Amino acid sequence: MSESGRRRADRGACLALLTVTAVLTSMPSLCRAQGAAQGQSFVLIARGRYLTALADCAACHDDPVSHRPFAGGRPIQTPFGRLVAPNITPDRTSGIGGWSDAQFDAAVRFGRLPNGARLYPAMPYLYYSRLSRSDTQAIHAYLATVTPVYHAIVSDQLPFPFKIRAIMHVWDALFFHPQPWQQRADRSAAWNRGAWIVEGPGHCEACHTPKGWLAEDEHGRAFQGYATQGWFAPDISPDVQRGLGRWSLEDIEQFLQRGHNRLAAASGPMGEEVADSSSQMRPDDLLAIATYLKASAAAGNAAAAQRQGAPLADTDKRMRAGAAIYHDLCSACHRLDGHGTPYLFPDLVADNAVDARDPTSLLRVVLIGTRSVATDAEPTAPGMPGFRWQLSDAEVASVLTYVRNSWGHAASPVSADQARRARSQLRLAAASE
Amino acid sequence: MPPLRRRDLLAGTALVLLEAGVARGDILQGELPWEPAPEHPSYPPTTGGWRFFTAPQAAMVEAIAERLIPPDPATPGGGEAGCAVYIDRQLAGPYGSNTGLYDRPPFVKGTPSQGEQSAITPAQLYRAGLAALASWCQQQRGHAWVQLSAAQQDEVLRGLEAGQIQLQGVNGETLFQAVLKDVKEGFFADPIYGGNRDMCAWKMIGFPGARYNYRDWVGRHNQRYPYPPVSIAGSPDWSGAA
Amino acid sequence: MARTLPARDVVIVGLGWTGSILANELTDAGLSVTAIERGPWRDAPTEFPPNAAQDELRYRIRHELFLQPAQTTFTFRNKMSQTALPIRTWGAFMPPNGVGGGGVHWNAETWRFLPSDFVLRTHLTQRYGARFLPPDMTIQDWGVSYEELEPYYDRFEYLCGTSGTAGNLRGQIQPGGNPFEGPRSRPYPTPAQEQPFSHTLFGEAARNLGYKPFPQPSGNLSQAYTNPLGVRMGPCTYCGFCEWFGCANYSKASPQTTILPVLVRKANFSARDQCEVTRINTDASGQRATGVSFVDSSGAEWEQPAQLVILAAYTIFNVQLLMLSGIGRRYDPVSNSGVIGRNFTHQTISDVLSFFDPAKFIFNPFIASGAIGMCIDEFNGDNFDHGPYGFVGGGYMGQVQTNGRPIETTPVPPGTPSWGAQWKQAVRENYLSALQPGTGVHGSMYSYRDVYLDLDPTYKDRFGRPLVRITMDFHDNEIKQNHFLTDKFAEIFVAMGARQVEKQYRKAPYSITDYQTTHLCGGAIMGTDPHTSALNRYLQSWDVPNLFVMGASAFPQNAGYNPTGTLAALAYWSADAIRNRYLKNPGPLVHV
Repeated sequence: MSESGRRRADRGACLALLTVTAVLTSMPSLCRAQGAAQGQSFVLIARGRYLTALADCAACHDDPVSHRPFAGGRPIQTPFGRLVAPNITPDRTSGIGGWSDAQFDAAVRFGRLPNGARLYPAMPYLYYSRLSRSDTQAIHAYLATVTPVYHAIVSDQLPFPFKIRAIMHVWDALFFHPQPWQQRADRSAAWNRGAWIVEGPGHCEACHTPKGWLAEDEHGRAFQGYATQGWFAPDISPDVQRGLGRWSLEDIEQFLQRGHNRLAAASGPMGEEVADSSSQMRPDDLLAIATYLKASAAAGNAAAAQRQGAPLADTDKRMRAGAAIYHDLCSACHRLDGHGTPYLFPDLVADNAVDARDPTSLLRVVLIGTRSVATDAEPTAPGMPGFRWQLSDAEVASVLTYVRNSWGHAASPVSADQARRARSQLRLAAASE
Repeated sequence: MPPLRRRDLLAGTALVLLEAGVARGDILQGELPWEPAPEHPSYPPTTGGWRFFTAPQAAMVEAIAERLIPPDPATPGGGEAGCAVYIDRQLAGPYGSNTGLYDRPPFVKGTPSQGEQSAITPAQLYRAGLAALASWCQQQRGHAWVQLSAAQQDEVLRGLEAGQIQLQGVNGETLFQAVLKDVKEGFFADPIYGGNRDMCAWKMIGFPGARYNYRDWVGRHNQRYPYPPVSIAGSPDWSGAA
Repeated sequence: MARTLPARDVVIVGLGWTGSILANELTDAGLSVTAIERGPWRDAPTEFPPNAAQDELRYRIRHELFLQPAQTTFTFRNKMSQTALPIRTWGAFMPPNGVGGGGVHWNAETWRFLPSDFVLRTHLTQRYGARFLPPDMTIQDWGVSYEELEPYYDRFEYLCGTSGTAGNLRGQIQPGGNPFEGPRSRPYPTPAQEQPFSHTLFGEAARNLGYKPFPQPSGNLSQAYTNPLGVRMGPCTYCGFCEWFGCANYSKASPQTTILPVLVRKANFSARDQCEVTRINTDASGQRATGVSFVDSSGAEWEQPAQLVILAAYTIFNVQLLMLSGIGRRYDPVSNSGVIGRNFTHQTISDVLSFFDPAKFIFNPFIASGAIGMCIDEFNGDNFDHGPYGFVGGGYMGQVQTNGRPIETTPVPPGTPSWGAQWKQAVRENYLSALQPGTGVHGSMYSYRDVYLDLDPTYKDRFGRPLVRITMDFHDNEIKQNHFLTDKFAEIFVAMGARQVEKQYRKAPYSITDYQTTHLCGGAIMGTDPHTSALNRYLQSWDVPNLFVMGASAFPQNAGYNPTGTLAALAYWSADAIRNRYLKNPGPLVHV
């Protein structure tokens, strides 16, 4: 059964289908034989199912209310307004049941709908363009086996002028130059596989790479983190201070597979990614991703040492206040020395998220709390309480400033004004749900 | 069956689901429930006017609290510590009306080992008891409670405690025990409930308050704990005061 | 008119420790399981986080985590000749409510009973002769032995990560542990907790008096732990807000911190909170359960059909559901017949307050955990010769003080006025240097013919169902036992250097206002004879074979220990019998 199937409540008959494919995935030789016997390509469907997980289609296309797989309905906030993820079940009227392989391929890899209209880049076709035609054929074959759901969606809820899809022609012309995926002969097989997953189906850059004013990736700052969906997707470059520099290959693999490692825990959108996608990846693919991320020199950002300033002095009023708040409220879990408990409470000394140049996620978890993701390997899913009813803006700022300037960290202070804005944005987000 | 969470119930979708044959109550399946922290604290405000007492009743309770826990040079008395504010908020809330307790008749007097069997709520006891005590003072001592000297007040309190003073319509001993229990609770409860002002009671005894981590001190035997008390509402240290 | 839900293989009434254990075991066996829980879902990050859990008024005084008597309560009397009256506010014990049950707010003292406790009548009769026992004492053997339960005690301790020092490893007595315990197959999963000052001092004094003190086995963990289900726990921080409180930092064993994270992920499990089961339904023969009826949070009635019904509510509610469902013959003390309601017991608790020189002793009583403490077991069960003393039973005793929360724990020396300047001064002087162990003497309560449960003729719950009536008083045997133990206990505090001790003996009559643990036991007991027990040795109803009844309601009498370790071991033992025997051949597992 799929991870998301386990994670969510009742899915009725579709469970049976998922179970069949899961069993077949785990028994490739058997399913080949049966597939041939029944005249269907279970090999193709199983491959499609794995690619669907790699591409994390469920992240956007699962129904957020009834949890029906791929039935759509999830609102996606973009810098230009709101889109709603469409229904991609094989329902013939409201889903994609009537699409040919070629139409499906055009949408996934080239951002073009059957009627010729352009998709918005919230659909990550930029990255999916690194898939092959046979990949999209496999995904399409798999999606054809999920339960068709009638669920009519009006995808496009953008305000004028962005609701004019024609402008996407211009955007594509500026930013979208699909080319066949090229292996690098000077790199290992693992690196190449990792690069393909990260830059292709995994579409990691969609969240982790800073965006320009038209929401295009700033390639010069690849993987250096980006604020999206009320969170800051952290820097996953090899940067020692802010990025994954202090993470081992195993740390990265465990984080992706379990949602937890000795340093950190996944929650929010990354928690969903772990549940729906990376926890289902094969170990060799996780190692490949780790290999690529650790090596992706993504140049330019060896500047960590220069950026590294001095931490605020202990005598700073914010540091004194923050130390008291940390001692009284945070140390019960994160310990007085900041190290937490491996796989349970994040290590604030070593977790790179503490140094994020944008404190959006830090403010969020301090204000409203969060629950980390549960996986088969790490089912505990510990939660962080929220403090917004208890701490003033100044106190929230102080405790974060303290954490960002203790134990070897020297990140920018967080201001009470930032805390105030985060508080009101969270209130607005809750009201619009 | 789709999961039905509290938020759905609040949104009024429950009725629709009920019609569709879904039992109400939350379904626990798939993942552990979680909700964002509330925006506002769920404690009664400690500031603002009286919520239950009249002003004269409040003055009387403050004066009584000041005798039950008298002031001394190091620590304020029960009145100044806010015990009357604490009791006022409690009587205006669920405690005052016995909310959650078993209140079905018949109410029958039993043995002491069978516990409290009165139909009277704490709010009713205070309302009637303070009135009865006030008129007793006028009749027997010629003054309102707050005009009696400390020694006179103590004498009346001892009489109530010993069951020697008969109040009109109220058992004086019952009233005394209720007030004593509530004053002490207010004195030692977190200041977020209105008493224990500035954590004065906790400072008096050396209780560090709403802390959650003594790992650094469990092995330090026979050594005084060095940090000051902290309330759920915070501490002066949280503002970085030196 | 009740509507009917789709049938499940198993319905479990109550989602506390035993309900969670059974649900996990039976879903592992491939069965579809629904649990129905009367109270709400609760968990650390939202309901009792480390920035709000430490609230003595809310949790200790106002009982936030417990069942509210308005929802349901019991009536109580000491003697059959009295009229029982309702318990309008909780006192002597605190019935749990909500997912996790008592496992949320217990202290996590995780004991095993003695091997002799399971064959109590046989053992005592052999050692002292039948006439040594009071004539109306109705103690029985359990029908299961310590040796049979040992693997299941072990499973529960490894589920919880229990911190302790083994005293008997496979028959070899170990230094620093409890030399009286039954043989254990392996050490505790984590080492004993570090002991604060007063607890350490108690251990030293006890050792000097010739006793063998040991750390209390604790579900507040000494270090981080990952249990066999893969669930992680953190180290206890000795916050002193444990019993009556939920643990905010994942360091106290509870269903939430050990089982539920795994259980909720299973597709063949679901639970429903805020729904109260009102009866177990049976077919026309009355010998087969068909499921349960429950009332949801809107007041609507539902039926949940199932092949197997597991009763896993709190002691008295198990008994109440059996009575209201007409399952098993109700106990009648006059004719001494029937089984449902029989052998109801509690615990015989007392305390000793001790006052030390404030200039020499700083105990910091607020640094503690729920199951902290040093104990001795010399006077438990039949660990000593009762011949000279004329009573049976006993208990552990120890400095097991769990807190310094000031509403509850500001002891003043005997003779101090209850208010005024002298009282205030005494509180100030003694807070850091006085000890109040709480349940320091933790004695057994054995069963008697006139201590029992039945249905009250007058008082009703919110659904109009009769309340359960408790008839209970202390008998001379327990009073003598307590007097003996309390004196021994006080000697140790004197040896610690106390300048004043106050012995608070347990006295008759049993009072419903005085907290004496929540260890209510019996009423639906296990045994070998259907005429004197409701359940067979596998916790299976003699009368309705597809009904199993968990919990301390199965204890024929109560031992001198906290019950959770034993009721959890019994739950695993029963689950094992269901999985490996019952499912292969549904029907009675014991034929008489």
